[in-house]
Order: sequence, then structure tokens, then C-alpha cells
Amino acid sequence: MLSKLLAHPAFESPTKRLAMKYFAVALVLFGAQLLFGLLAAIQFLWPDFLFNLLDFSINRMVHINAMVVWMLYAMIGSVYYLLPDETGHEAAGLKLGELVFWILTLAVAVVVLVYLFVQVGPGKDSTIWLITEGREYIEAPRWADIGIVAVVLVFYYNVLGAYLKAERKTGIMTVLVADLLALAGLYLAGMFYTDNISMDQYYWWWVIHLWVEATWEVFVGAIAAWALIKIVGAKRRIVEMWLWIEVLMLFGSGILGLGHHYFWIGTPEYWWEIGALFSSLEPVPLVAMFVHVLYDWGKEQGRTQALENRSAIRNAPAMAWVSINAFGNFLGAGIWGFFHTLPQVNIYTHGTQFTAAHGHLAFFGAYAAILIAMMYLAIQGAAGIRIMRMTALSKWSIALLVFGIMGMTVALTIMGYEQTLVERAELGGGWQAYFTAQNLPWYVQAQGWRLAMGVVTFIGFVLLFVDLLTIGNRQHEERQHEMEPAPAAA
Amino acid sequence: MSQHDPSVWSSTSFWRRSAAWVTGFSAILLIFLTFDTMSQIQMGSDEDLKTGKVRRVPAPTVINHAIEYKMSRKRGHEVPVIGEEQPFFGKIWSPEDARALLHKGKVTVQAKNCMDCHTLLGNGAYYAPDLTKAWLDPAWQKGGLMQTLTRTHSTEEAMAKFLMDPPKYATHTRRMPNLGITRDEAVAIVAFLKHMSAIDTNGFPRNFSKPHQGEVTYAK
Ligand code: HEC
Ligand code: HEM
Ligand code: HEM
Ligand SMILES: [Fe+2]
Repeated sequence: MLSKLLAHPAFESPTKRLAMKYFAVALVLFGAQLLFGLLAAIQFLWPDFLFNLLDFSINRMVHINAMVVWMLYAMIGSVYYLLPDETGHEAAGLKLGELVFWILTLAVAVVVLVYLFVQVGPGKDSTIWLITEGREYIEAPRWADIGIVAVVLVFYYNVLGAYLKAERKTGIMTVLVADLLALAGLYLAGMFYTDNISMDQYYWWWVIHLWVEATWEVFVGAIAAWALIKIVGAKRRIVEMWLWIEVLMLFGSGILGLGHHYFWIGTPEYWWEIGALFSSLEPVPLVAMFVHVLYDWGKEQGRTQALENRSAIRNAPAMAWVSINAFGNFLGAGIWGFFHTLPQVNIYTHGTQFTAAHGHLAFFGAYAAILIAMMYLAIQGAAGIRIMRMTALSKWSIALLVFGIMGMTVALTIMGYEQTLVERAELGGGWQAYFTAQNLPWYVQAQGWRLAMGVVTFIGFVLLFVDLLTIGNRQHEERQHEMEPAPAAA
Repeated sequence: MSQHDPSVWSSTSFWRRSAAWVTGFSAILLIFLTFDTMSQIQMGSDEDLKTGKVRRVPAPTVINHAIEYKMSRKRGHEVPVIGEEQPFFGKIWSPEDARALLHKGKVTVQAKNCMDCHTLLGNGAYYAPDLTKAWLDPAWQKGGLMQTLTRTHSTEEAMAKFLMDPPKYATHTRRMPNLGITRDEAVAIVAFLKHMSAIDTNGFPRNFSKPHQGEVTYAK
């Protein structure tokens, strides 16, 4: 099992060992995310389920918070994992890094327990400090915010220290160091309180949009570049040039693309034009990233096939997930995002299940997929396997996760269309209009399909979990009996 | 890194510099626009309400006024229209009291996490109706369902009573749970909802609660 590998990993690096801890917690939180998503999905169909005990709001809050936190854990894990390779140095303050890992994990546990058992507080400032801030995705109370900032400072110090010591500053590291600073800084925009709900939402979107459509995307660009070098031996010079082009396009469209959230929150009309124009350009870098992955893969595959008569892929499950990332990012963020990004459309789709359809496919395709790829790469490293092959479990978990998420997305899209046409366009979006649309058979059926596909997704996750726990050791032991590692399944 | 490239298109340093310029320029533009937007969405003053100066986000004392949502000929969509003075919970609130009430309302909305079931200004969760213009929903008005159900005679009293015990006044099988909202908190939440309905949201939601209405009433 994994614990044996982790006790004696094939690498010496203590920074990589720390990375494995972050990945482990991330995986557990991923499971929690899905379980609470299922509870919330059940409540759409059977609203009495856990009513006034564990209400929809609580399940949904845990669902999306667990998502944000597991992704941040896996992002920190990814950076720690590649840091020694990219800089030639260990994290600057390793002991401190170890300590804040435990502090952060304890804090997350306390926050979740308070969510589940205290749930809501009285309408006083103290609730904001101690129980919840009640703002979607960043519901964590203020004390936890401050703790997160402290933890991130330590993490950043560790990364920056290694970067500054490096003799050769790689493009990947330069992008990461700059990007992480912006990513952490943006969190501060979500940490203040105002009575003005328009201003509240204005800066709330700085955290949400400028994370997922700017800084996180650039992070993915950098990680994917590194993964391509590791997996298929892509040429650093080419990969890093692409990375800068991606940064240019992602920030050039994503920063002002923020305007697509400022159509209806009280902000001036000029955001219609600015938001429409720049956010419409956001899919362009996503196409570029997709093409880039295919191009490098094809090129290296052809070269190694011709010269060495073997597949270029040194980690088949990771390569599969990098490809799912490249296409899923384009489909979920690029296509599903573009669907509703013009104000003429968004005035009807704003805040319907259509938004949820896009949110699910985009977060899964753009972030979950690449972070899973990084987990496979890390386990390959821990097990000291030269070539990691797909197991039956790897294949089945990919099939079920992708099928499940696509199924949920299609179901949510159907709900979104129905809501848009009936609740918004036909009936004018009031209380009664809302429920008329919610109770139409097509909507209810689609909710049923979403739940069914959610269960498929969850089974896929369980298989992934088992695969990640066992694949390293199994292929490690197989290797002992083999003279030569078998070629990876391409 | 300092290799000589045959063309700028394959030169890493060219793309690195371009990325830095484009990012810097976008960020500066965003900051500039933010200053402008902040000045436009600053809460107005009680003075503005008295002199009829239209603000995108009005003063908290807007709770002392009637609010309507009407088609604007000039803008081509609906806008909130602030009308005559109208007591709120039986009185006219001073600017200080109104501000304190709005503060308590906003804090309570966060403390009870309304946004993980409802949307506010269209943002949040999709389990329950959008609350942007809830104050104006026909169900809460005179002759509407909720005043009858709660045996009250004003929108604010009906809303407050509902919020303190939603399951008791449930109208659908998907009910809102009891969130332990006190009378004081309920009054403050209603003030928050009334204030939000007076924010100029560029016409969202469109045709709010006016299904199949052939004729539109225009604002001045
Ligand atoms: C657990 C989910 C949940 C939470 C949390 C929640 N609500 Fe509700 N709310 C509902 C549901 C469901 C309905 C529809 C009830 C019905 O139709 O019988 C509703 C109805 C309403 C209505 C009437 C609908 C309308 O358009 O006017 C208002 C007003 C309202 N809620 C305000 C709030 C406020 C304010 C909060 C936070 C203090 C809140 N709700 C928290 C689920 C929730
Ligand atoms: C990986 C990238 C992306 C992720 C993870 C993502 C995720 C999300 C999520 C979760 C929401 C809902 C936020 C809420 O809870 O209110 C949202 C909203 C939105 N996204 Fe994205 N998104 C991404 C990229 C894009 C792109 C590229 C576009 C446009 C081309 C786009 C357009 C929109 C729009 C218009 C909304 C507002 C929906 C509404 O009005 O309700 N997104 N996004
Ligand atoms: C078991 C599978 C899942 C189920 C049943 C599920 C269910 C749900 C439900 C019921 C909501 C609330 C939507 C609403 O407010 O109406 C939600 C929101 C959300 N979920 Fe999931 N989910 C699942 C998996 C995932 C995955 C894998 C991701 C991303 C990686 C994800 C990301 C999100 C996001 C970003 C939101 C907020 C969307 C928005 O506000 O627009 N979920 N989910
Ligand atoms: Fe966005």
C-alpha cells in the first residue's frame, strides 16, 4: 500500500516527502467533496432529506469548500514536488513547512466541524470571525483566513528561497513564482467586510474569477509544461516558449474578462462591452493549450518511436489525465463558458443551473484532471518506477469519472435551458416563476440524471482512490521480476 | 536563455517581455476602471434621495420610500424607481438608524449563509429563488399570497414573520428551513432586501414577475 511507499520513497528529497502529504490530504478531501455533493443533489429530488438537520446550504458549502481546499492542497503538493527538480534545491524552511502542514490540516478540520455542527450563527460581527463569512467559496471564518495567509506566506518563502538559490532560473519556475504571488495576494480581496452588496460582489469576483480564469489557469500552464517534459520528454525550450505565450493570452483576456461578472451587480454599463469582448477571447488560450499538448505529444511520440522503437510516454495514467485536462479545460471553460458570456445571453442564464453545468465541467476539466495527473507522477517518483503503465483500475476510473462528469454536465445544461426559457424568458424570474420551472417534468428528470451520473462519478473516484493507493507498489514489485520494463500502453 | 533566435516568433525573451507588458497593461486598466466603478457604486446619501439624485446604490434610508421596477425608455430595460416616502415597520428611520439596520441585515444574511441556497444579484446557489428583487415580488404585496398566509398587512411584516419561521409558511414542498432568525434579525434582513431591490442592476432580472404582459409601464 501507499504507506509503505511513503515511509521509504525512492527519492531522497524531504521536500518531495512533504509534497506527498499534501497530495494525501487532497485526495481525502476530494472524496468528501463528492459525498456532500451527492447529499445536496439528493435534496433537490427529496427536499425532506436531512431537512433542518443538515440543510442544502451546509452540504453545498462543504461540497464547494472541500473542492477549493483539496485543489489548493494538491497545488501546494505539486509545487513542492517539482521544486527540487526545477531549482536543484530543497525548500528553504523545511521544518516550518512541515509544521504549517499540520497546522493547516488541523485548521481545516476545525472549520469543517464548525460548519457541520454549529452551521449558522447570530447576526453579529463575531459570527463572521468565528463561524462563517457566508460568502460562496470563501465561507471560512475570518480567523481561518488569517491562518491561511500565514500558511501561504511560509509556503511562499519556501518556494522563493529555493528559486533564488537556483543557479539556473527556469521559465517554469519564474512563471510559478510570479503567479503564486498574484494568487495569494488576490485572496486578500476576499477578506474584508462591507455593507454594500454591490461592492461585496465586485471584490468577491476578484478572488473567484481572477483565480480560476487567470492565476489558476497560468498555474496549470506551468504544471502542464513540467508534466510534458517529465512524461514524454518534451523539449524545455519549446515548452517554455509556449508557456510565455499562454501567460500572455491568459492574462491578456482573463484580467479584463472579469467584466463578464459585472453586468448585473449594480456596476456601470460599460462592463457589458469590456466583459463581452475580453471574456470572449478567453477560450483562445485554452485552444492553444490543447493544441500544444497534442503537438508535443505527437512530436515526441513520433521521434521516440522512430529512434528507439518504444512509446514516448513514461507515465500512461498521467498522460491520459494531462490530455483530459487539455480537452476538458477547452470544453468546460472555453465552450461552456462562452455559451453564457455575452450579456445578451447572460441576462437570462445568470444564476441558473446553466452556470452550474459550466462550473462542474470547467473545474473538473481544468483543475481536477491536471492535479490527478500530478498525483500519478508523484507516485511514480515515490515508487521509483521508470515507466508507469495503466492498470485496469486506472482505465475504469478514467472512464467512469469522465462519463459521470459529462453526464452531470449534460443534465445540468438541460435544466439550465429549461430554467432560462421558462422561468426567465417566459415567466419573468419571480418566486412563482422559479418554482414553476423547478417542477416541470423535464427539469425533475434531469435532476434525476444528475444524481445518477453523480453516483457514477463517485464510483469512478473510489476506483481512482484505490488505484493511486496501490499502483505504485504493484508496479514496483512487478519490476523486481522483470529484466526490462515493458513499454507503456499508448 | 540568451540564445540568438532566428525570428522573434520563436524567441522566448520576446514572448516573456510581451507577456509582462500585456499583463501589466491589463492590470493597470482594471485598477483604473475599479476607481471609476467604486465612485459609481458608492452608497448614496439621504440628501440624494431627498433631491431626487439617482444613485446606482442608494442610501440605506431608501427603506423609507416606496420602490418600483419600471421600463426605462432611455435605457431599454427596467430600472428601480424610488417613490414617495413610506414608513418601514411603522416609522421613518433616521440615516444613522437605517445604516445600523442595514449593517445588521447584511451581517445576518452572511451569518445564516442565505447565498448557499439563494442567489443575491444572481450570484450564489440555485436551490431557491433569486432574492435581488424579492421585495417587489407579487407574493409579498397587498392581496398577495404571503400577507394572507401570515395574517399581516404590510410587505415588511409578512417577510419578517416568514423569515422567523419559514416551514410554518411554506408554499412548496422544497421548504426553507428554520435558521433561528430572531425578530430583530428579521427586521434587519427585510431592510437589506428592500435596499437591494433599489439597486440599479442594468435590468436584471428582466421582466421581473411580469409574465405575458403585453403592455409595459414606463418610468419618467
Ligand atoms: C437551506 C436553504 C435555504 C437557506 C439557507 C435560506 N433559504 Fe430562503 N428559501 C429557501 C426555499 C427552498 C424557499 C422557497 C420556500 C417556499 O416556496 O415555500 C425560500 C424562500 C425564501 C423567500 C421567499 C422567496 C421570494 O422570492 O421572496 C425569501 C425572501 C427568503 N427565502 C429569504 C432568505 C434569507 C434572507 C435567507 C438567509 C437569512 C434565506 N432565505 C436562507 C431556502 C433557503
Ligand atoms: C477553468 C476555468 C473556469 C472555471 C473553473 C470556471 C468556473 C466557474 C464557476 C464555478 C462559475 C460560477 C460561479 C458562481 O458560483 O457564481 C462561473 C461563472 C461564469 N463563468 Fe466560468 N469558469 C472558467 C472559465 C470561464 C471562461 C473561459 C468563460 C468565458 C468564456 C467563463 C464564463 C463564465 C460566466 C459568464 C459566468 C457567470 C455565470 C452567471 O452569470 O451565472 N468561465 N465560472
Ligand atoms: C458526485 C458528484 C457531484 C455531485 C452530485 C455534485 C452536486 C452539486 C450540487 C447539488 C451543487 C449545488 C448546485 C446548486 O446550487 O444548485 C454543486 C455545486 C458545485 N459543484 Fe458539484 N457535484 C459533484 C461533483 C463535483 C465536481 C467533481 C466538481 C469539480 C471538480 C464540482 C464542483 C462544483 C462547483 C464549482 C459548484 C458551484 C457551482 C455554481 O455555483 O455554479 N462538483 N454540486
Ligand atoms: Fe469569470
